[in-house]
Amino acid sequence: MKTEIQWMSTDELARNRADIEAGKLWRFTGGVHPPERKQLANTTAIARMPIPKRLYIPVKQHIGQAGLLLVQAGDKVYKGQPLTAPGPNAGLRIHAPTSGTVNAITEHPSAHPSALPVMTIVLDTDGEDTWGDRKPVSDYWLKTPTELLAHVADCGIAGLGGAGFPTAQKLSAAEHIDYLIINGVECEPYIVSDDRLMREHAAGIVRGIKILQHISGVERVLIAIEDNKPEAIAAMKDACHGDEQLAVRIVPTIYPSGGERQLIEILTGRQVPANGLPKDIGILMQNVGTAYAVYRAVIFGEPLLERVITLTGEALERPGTVWAPLGCSVEDLLTFAGYRSYPKARIIMGGPMMGFTLPQLDVPVVKGSNCILAPAKKELPAAGAEMACIRCGACADVCPASLLPQQLYWLARDNDYDGLREHHLADCIECGACAYVCPSEIPLVHYYRQAKAEMREQYIEKQKAEIAKERFEARKARLEREKQERLERHQRAAEARQKAVAEREAKAATVQATQPGATSGTTQASDQQDKVKAAIARAKAKKAAQQSDKAASELSAAASGNEASNSQSADNKQDRIKAAIARAKAKKAAQAKALNASENEDAKPADKPEASSDASNSAQAASNDNQQGSNE
Amino acid sequence: MSFFIASSPHTHQRRTTSHLMRLVVLAMIPGIVAQWYFFGWGVLLQIALAVATAYAAEALCLHARERSSMQGLRDNSALVTALLLAVSIPPLAPWWVIVIGVAFSIIVVKHLYGGIGQNLFNPAMAGYVVLLVSFPVQMTSWLPPVDLSGSHLSLWESVHLLLFQYTSEGYSVEQIRMVSTGPMLDAVVMATPLDHIRSDLTQGLTLTESMQAPIFGGIAGLGWQWVNLAYLAGGLMLLQQRVIQWHIPVAILVTLALLASFGALIAPDSLPGMDIHLFSGATMIGAFFIATDPVSAATSNRGRLIYGALIALLIYLIRSFGGYPDAVAFAVLLANLCVPIIDKYTKPTTYGHQRKTGGAQ
Repeated sequence: MKTEIQWMSTDELARNRADIEAGKLWRFTGGVHPPERKQLANTTAIARMPIPKRLYIPVKQHIGQAGLLLVQAGDKVYKGQPLTAPGPNAGLRIHAPTSGTVNAITEHPSAHPSALPVMTIVLDTDGEDTWGDRKPVSDYWLKTPTELLAHVADCGIAGLGGAGFPTAQKLSAAEHIDYLIINGVECEPYIVSDDRLMREHAAGIVRGIKILQHISGVERVLIAIEDNKPEAIAAMKDACHGDEQLAVRIVPTIYPSGGERQLIEILTGRQVPANGLPKDIGILMQNVGTAYAVYRAVIFGEPLLERVITLTGEALERPGTVWAPLGCSVEDLLTFAGYRSYPKARIIMGGPMMGFTLPQLDVPVVKGSNCILAPAKKELPAAGAEMACIRCGACADVCPASLLPQQLYWLARDNDYDGLREHHLADCIECGACAYVCPSEIPLVHYYRQAKAEMREQYIEKQKAEIAKERFEARKARLEREKQERLERHQRAAEARQKAVAEREAKAATVQATQPGATSGTTQASDQQDKVKAAIARAKAKKAAQQSDKAASELSAAASGNEASNSQSADNKQDRIKAAIARAKAKKAAQAKALNASENEDAKPADKPEASSDASNSAQAASNDNQQGSNE
Repeated sequence: MSFFIASSPHTHQRRTTSHLMRLVVLAMIPGIVAQWYFFGWGVLLQIALAVATAYAAEALCLHARERSSMQGLRDNSALVTALLLAVSIPPLAPWWVIVIGVAFSIIVVKHLYGGIGQNLFNPAMAGYVVLLVSFPVQMTSWLPPVDLSGSHLSLWESVHLLLFQYTSEGYSVEQIRMVSTGPMLDAVVMATPLDHIRSDLTQGLTLTESMQAPIFGGIAGLGWQWVNLAYLAGGLMLLQQRVIQWHIPVAILVTLALLASFGALIAPDSLPGMDIHLFSGATMIGAFFIATDPVSAATSNRGRLIYGALIALLIYLIRSFGGYPDAVAFAVLLANLCVPIIDKYTKPTTYGHQRKTGGAQ
């Protein structure tokens, strides 16, 4: 069901670009306005937390494959030292966020809804925070994009917006790009990491943007910020001042305007085709945090070691933002922010709309983590009991992907996967807007996630089944072919056997007539060799028969017995042959006796045949015998 | 320490079905007050009967279907159905009319189709149509508004009339109507303005002549115009509260206004104009409270516009050329029938599908 991309004509594209340049903003369909609650954490500067005693650094923190381990337990590492080598398929390195000793490399719960254990480097920090080697590329404009890409990849930079896609990989795919969009929208309630970063490090972000521009070769940059962040907007405008290539776009506050696809539509009016990527429509998007990380990596040679995390929620005494080393446990962060625990609390990694609850607190923050939300007991109303859908369509009104969440819900409940595909379940971005407004408090996103997982499972099963089916059919065909071959072989062998038997008899007859040594006598014919032998035997028999034929004709010419030529068609049994021989001998003896007894002179020419072979004798005898038989 | 595990989103707008239904009930209050003012205690008695029947029927069905009855009763949807039907029938109709109607709405139209969310038809309107075709006399015996009759029956007399069809002094509804309208209108059945126009037109009168009747004071009939304005006010409140979307009511009112204006232009003697159509009969309650029933209406915005326009067209056609003076119930039910196909053909285009898009290629 791949949708064909209908490209804009040159005119349309020119008009579209003119609109974008004029600062036009489009509107995506749907969207909701949940309470923003950003003021909880955005009023204080980004804090520095004391270095945690222990860090849990998952070996893989991005989309892609893990790198290979470079350290082992007991190794002393410095800040910024690579802990893994780049893995296959753009697998990213991870680095030691601070100096210390590797305690163990083991399975540890991860930042995942199920706290699934993953391979993790446990680092006991020494509190010195001693830097290892840093390789700044401060004269980056002299470097080629390829060199810079390698550097960015080497510094382990992944998208900090949440998905954690390797940045270098995204940049290297950038061809035919007309706009680089820097996403500072941060539409999810509560989260203020990008907001604070823009307020405090606007200049660094802009330098990062210039590096990204240099690498990707994109001339136009749109920096998008929601209108609920006036300080960030002011700071970024200030930092961009005087640069004609950069434009700050203030987008209206509506969730989920910070979603990649939604933001592209707001800023450019273009829609990323289903199954496609932003680059397909000439867009490259990076998060402000990523731009800042690129700046630190290139100018200071600092790999991605820390990120801004929002610690917020009314269960915290000191909500705010913090530079958290990657691998820092949620527990350490909560302690830092003064968490007041209560039974059955919710600790959410991410925001209230798309975040996930944590089952335990020893999980580490990773490159893609942006917020830890610890709401007070009554702060975030959890959905009540699920009631029946009243088909009000509120979900469809707010869906930013223009899906029909209500239909998807019915289909998901029915496990109608074909129907779900027809209704484009795959285009659901799981933003949660539908479940947020549902008056029946149906956990719609949960249904979709389950259905997606089922469909993925089913797809894998189907793939497996298809492979198994192919294998089975190939086997069946092979067995059938072998059976057929066996049958043919048996048939041929049987024929050969019959033939061989017949010929052996014929040959036996001729052999007796010509040369007694030339016997074949092969009867076993159950394999190729036998067939060959049979063929050879046939050929020999034929030859022998021809010879005997010749001999017989000579004999008949000599002995004036004209019946001799007929002897070849004979299929007599051996005993009859013997009997005939015996008769012939007896007759000959009688003739010889009679000749000797009566006329001596006439006997001389008759001696000649006696001098020839037994075969001609026997042939003659056989023909005589035959004649007698037919006469009888 | 154990933590609470939940699936995102972790926040909710807190507007549950029961909350929405409660808002609908609140928004109906101005209209109900207006009906009470113009037509007396009967409307409140009908509401009381309807609500009691609705809850009893709902509880019975939920019990029979082995569902949690508390949860079902708390969603307030039965309350809305009961109210809509109660304000639609003549205030002094005998008690069993509303009981049968509401019981039919809840048991047959709603629960036999699978309960809330599953009914194809608007329960209140299906109940209304069943009553209208089963008890045509009772269902068309409206009292004259207070402007004409001068005073109401007392609450006690209304109860008596509802229960026994006679007042404590032994007058029937017919007699009351004669008495209350006095010598002024002795022969004319005191009907709703739309009834009135219909019967006059069939008797060969022109619209202008018909409109001379005393019931036509103001814009669209004494009492009725105010009732409609009160429901309009309630409807605007629902819009303001975002309980309903604007698409259906606007589509209905605009289409009906256009059709009525056009009709009045080509046949001024027989087709009433926009004012009568918009402010008489059940137009406003239909547009804001009945057609917007989420369960039986179209779901996409484009679909809602079509659905509303279709209802308006049917209202206009039935009022102008059909056999019944008012048509909201029939129009809504017929449009309900079309909802599946409307939904099918107004499916919104999913993001990233079939849209001209592009970039530097």
